[in-house]
Amino acid sequence: MAMNGLRRTDGLMGDNLEAREAVGDYKAGWHDPENSTIRFDFGLSEEVVREISNLKNEPSWMTEMRVKAFNHFIERPMPKWGNTHLLEEIDFDKICYYLRSSESTERDWEDVPDDIRNTFERLGIPEAEQKWLSGVTAQYESEAVYHSIREDLEEQGVIFLDMDSGLRDFPEIVKKWFCSVVPLTDNKFAALNTAVWSGGSFIYVPKGVHVEMPVQAYFRINAKNMGQFERTLIIADEGSSIHYVEGCTAPSYSTDSLHSAVVELVALPGSHIRYSTIQNWSSNVYNLVTKRGIAHENAKIEWVDGNIGSKLTMKYPAVILKGEGSHAEVISVAYSGDGQHQDAGAKIHHLASNTTSKILSKSISKSGGRGSYRGMVTVSPKADNCKLNVVCDALILDEDSRSDTYPTMEVSNPTARCEHEASVSKVSDDQLFYLMSRGHSEEESLAMIVNGFFEPFTRELPMEYAVELNQLMALEMEGSIG
Amino acid sequence: MATKPLLKISGLRAGIDDTPILKGIDLEIGQGEIHAIMGRNGSGKTTTANVIMGHPDFEVEEGEVLLEGNSLLELEAWERAREGVFLSFQYPQSVPGLQVGNFLRKSVSSIRGEDEAKGGGFRDSLKQAMESLDIPRSFLSRYVNDGFSGGEKKRFEILQLMLLKPKLAVLDETDSGLDIDGIRTVAEGVNAAIRGTDSGALIITHYSRILEHVMPDKIHVLMDGKIVASGGPELATKLEEHGYEWLKED
Ligand SMILES: Nc1ncnc2c1ncn2[C@@H]1O[C@H](COP(=O)(O)OP(=O)(O)OP(=O)(O)O)[C@@H](O)[C@H]1O
Ligand SMILES: [Mg+2]
Repeated sequence: MAMNGLRRTDGLMGDNLEAREAVGDYKAGWHDPENSTIRFDFGLSEEVVREISNLKNEPSWMTEMRVKAFNHFIERPMPKWGNTHLLEEIDFDKICYYLRSSESTERDWEDVPDDIRNTFERLGIPEAEQKWLSGVTAQYESEAVYHSIREDLEEQGVIFLDMDSGLRDFPEIVKKWFCSVVPLTDNKFAALNTAVWSGGSFIYVPKGVHVEMPVQAYFRINAKNMGQFERTLIIADEGSSIHYVEGCTAPSYSTDSLHSAVVELVALPGSHIRYSTIQNWSSNVYNLVTKRGIAHENAKIEWVDGNIGSKLTMKYPAVILKGEGSHAEVISVAYSGDGQHQDAGAKIHHLASNTTSKILSKSISKSGGRGSYRGMVTVSPKADNCKLNVVCDALILDEDSRSDTYPTMEVSNPTARCEHEASVSKVSDDQLFYLMSRGHSEEESLAMIVNGFFEPFTRELPMEYAVELNQLMALEMEGSIG
Repeated sequence: MATKPLLKISGLRAGIDDTPILKGIDLEIGQGEIHAIMGRNGSGKTTTANVIMGHPDFEVEEGEVLLEGNSLLELEAWERAREGVFLSFQYPQSVPGLQVGNFLRKSVSSIRGEDEAKGGGFRDSLKQAMESLDIPRSFLSRYVNDGFSGGEKKRFEILQLMLLKPKLAVLDETDSGLDIDGIRTVAEGVNAAIRGTDSGALIITHYSRILEHVMPDKIHVLMDGKIVASGGPELATKLEEHGYEWLKED
C-alpha cells in the first residue's frame, strides 16, 4: 500500500472549494445535472419490480424471487423499534426505484460519460485505484458505471464483478448463495432490496488465493429522491482472504433519499473476509442496511464499520459463527451531528464450539445528534467454550446530544466466557485546557480528543482512509465551540 | 533603562463561580530568574498557575498579568502558549488514542513553527530529551498520559518543557511523585533551560529538596490567596522546620 502521508486522495468526501461553499461543511454535497438514460416514475408496484428484472434480462428464478420479496415488503409492517418516528416519515411513493445514467459498465475511465467520470475524479477514486487498490467498482445511482480488477488477480481466478454482471456470467454460483445468508423475509428493508436490487458487487475468491490489496466499491447517489438498492455477495473459498472497502456519498438535498443495501458474506473454512465501510451520506439520506456473514470452520469475518453521515442509519453488521473455531469482529464508530440519528451496533450468533467474537463500538454525539448502540450476542446450547467480548463507549460533546445503549446477551451454554464493558464520557474542560496549553486551539483540541476516541477504529483502516477520517472529524469539530 | 520584567503580576484577584480564590497577588520575575511558590494545600498555588496559563473556568476580577510588558489576560490559553507560556500540570490529563509522538510533533509545530517539527532536527532533539529524562522510546507510541505512573506523567511534562522551549515555565508540583533521581534530573533541566537565558521559571512545590538543586532567586509563600512572605532560599528551610503557622497574620 502506498504510504503517501498526509497528501490526500479524497476518496471519501472530495475536496472542492466551490462545492464546499455550496453545501456548507459536507464536502461531497455537490450534485451534477441529472442525465438519465432510463428513469422510472416514482413509486413501487409489482409491475415496477418485473420491469426492472426485464430490463436486466434476468433468469426467471430471479424475477420470481423479486416478486416474492416485493409481496413480503408490502405485507411486512415497519419495525416497531429504532427511530420509529423517522421511519414512519419515509414516503415510499416519492422514491425513484431505478435510474440508469450510463449505457454500460466500462473498464476504462475514459469511456465513462464525462460528468460521471468527473464526479468520481473529484472523489479521488481513479487516483486511489492506481495507487493502492486491487480493483474498483463505481456505482452511480442504480448501476455500476465502472468496473475493473487487476489482471493478475483475474488470472488467479478471482471474480470481481458488479452484481448484475455476476448474475449474467455466473448464474449457478449466484443462485446457490443469493439470499442464503439474508433470507428475503429477514426484515422489511431486506425484502425491499431483494425486490428492486440493482448494482453492488459480486466477488468470488478461489481456494487459497490471498488478495493482498483491498478492492473498493464506491456508491454515489446523485439524483433527488433516489433509492439506491445495491446488493453485494462475497464468497471466500477455503483458505482464501480478501479485504473489501466501500465508501458512500450523496448530494445534500432538502428532500430525502433512501439507501437500502443488503450484503451477504460467505467465509468458507479457513478463509478471512474483512469488510470496511466509511459511510458519509449527506444528512438527507436514510441508510437502512442489512449486512451479515456466515463463518465456517476456522474462518474469520471482520466488519469495520464507520457511520459518519446520513439522516437515520439503522445497521447492525452480523456474523453467524457456524463452524468450529470461527471468529467474528465488529468494530464500529458512529458520529451523530445535528439532525442525525445513528442507530448502529452488531449481532453475533455463536452456533459452534470454540468460536470467539469481539465487538467494539464507539459513538460520538454532538449538536443535538443521537447515537444508539444496539447489540445482540447469542450462544447456542451446543456451542462449548465460546469467548465473547463486548465494549461500547460513548462520548457526548454537549448537553443537547444523546447516547443510548441497548445491549443484549443470550448465553445458553455455561462454558462461555463473556466480557462486557460500557462507558459514557464527556469531554472535560480540564482535558481541553491541557491540550490548549500546548498551543492547540479549542477546535483542534476537541478534534484531537475525538480522533483519539476513534483511534481503535481508525487504526484498522488502510492508512489513506484513516487520514481521511481524521480530517473529516476535524471538519465536523469546526465551528462547534460556542 | 532596565529591561521589562519577564513576568509581572500586579493586584491579581481571581476566582471561580463568584468565589474569590486569589485575593491580590503581586509578583515579578526577571529574565534568567527562577522563583518558587510554597504554601499550604488550598492556598491558591494551582489557581495562580491556571490563571497565568488562561484556564477558561477562572474569572479575573482585577489586576494584570504581563509577559514582557504585554497583557496575557485577553488571550486564550493556546495563544498564551504560543507567546511562550508553559505550564507543567500538577495533574496532567490523559487523552486516550492520542499518540505521544504525534502529540509532541503537533505541539512543537503550533508553538515553535512547522519547520521546528520537521525532519531530523526534531527527531534528534526528541531523542536527546527523552534520553536525558530516562523516558523509553516505546512511550512515543503510547497514548498521552494514559496509564502513565505518577512519576512518568511528571517526566513527560518536563519532556514537553524541553521541546517547547517556553519563555516562562510554570511548574506545578512537578517534584511530587518523582523519585530522587527524577527530582535532580528535572532541576538540572530547569537550570539549563533558564539560567543565563532570557527565560524564567516559577516552581510551585511543597518540598525544599528540589529548591536545593535549583537555588531559586526568590521564594514566595502563598496563604489564602495572598503572598504573605518572600525571601531567599533560607525561607524554604525555615518552612520545612517550622511549618506555616508562624506566618499567620495576627
Ligand atoms: N475548579 C474549582 N472549583 C471550585 N473550587 C476550586 C476550583 N479550583 C480551585 N478551587 C478552590 O480554590 C482553592 C485553591 O485551590 P488550588 O488548587 O489553587 O490550591 P493549591 O494551593 O494548588 O493546593 P494544593 O497544594 O493542594 O495543590 C481551594 O480551596 C480549592 O478548593
Ligand atoms: Mg495545587
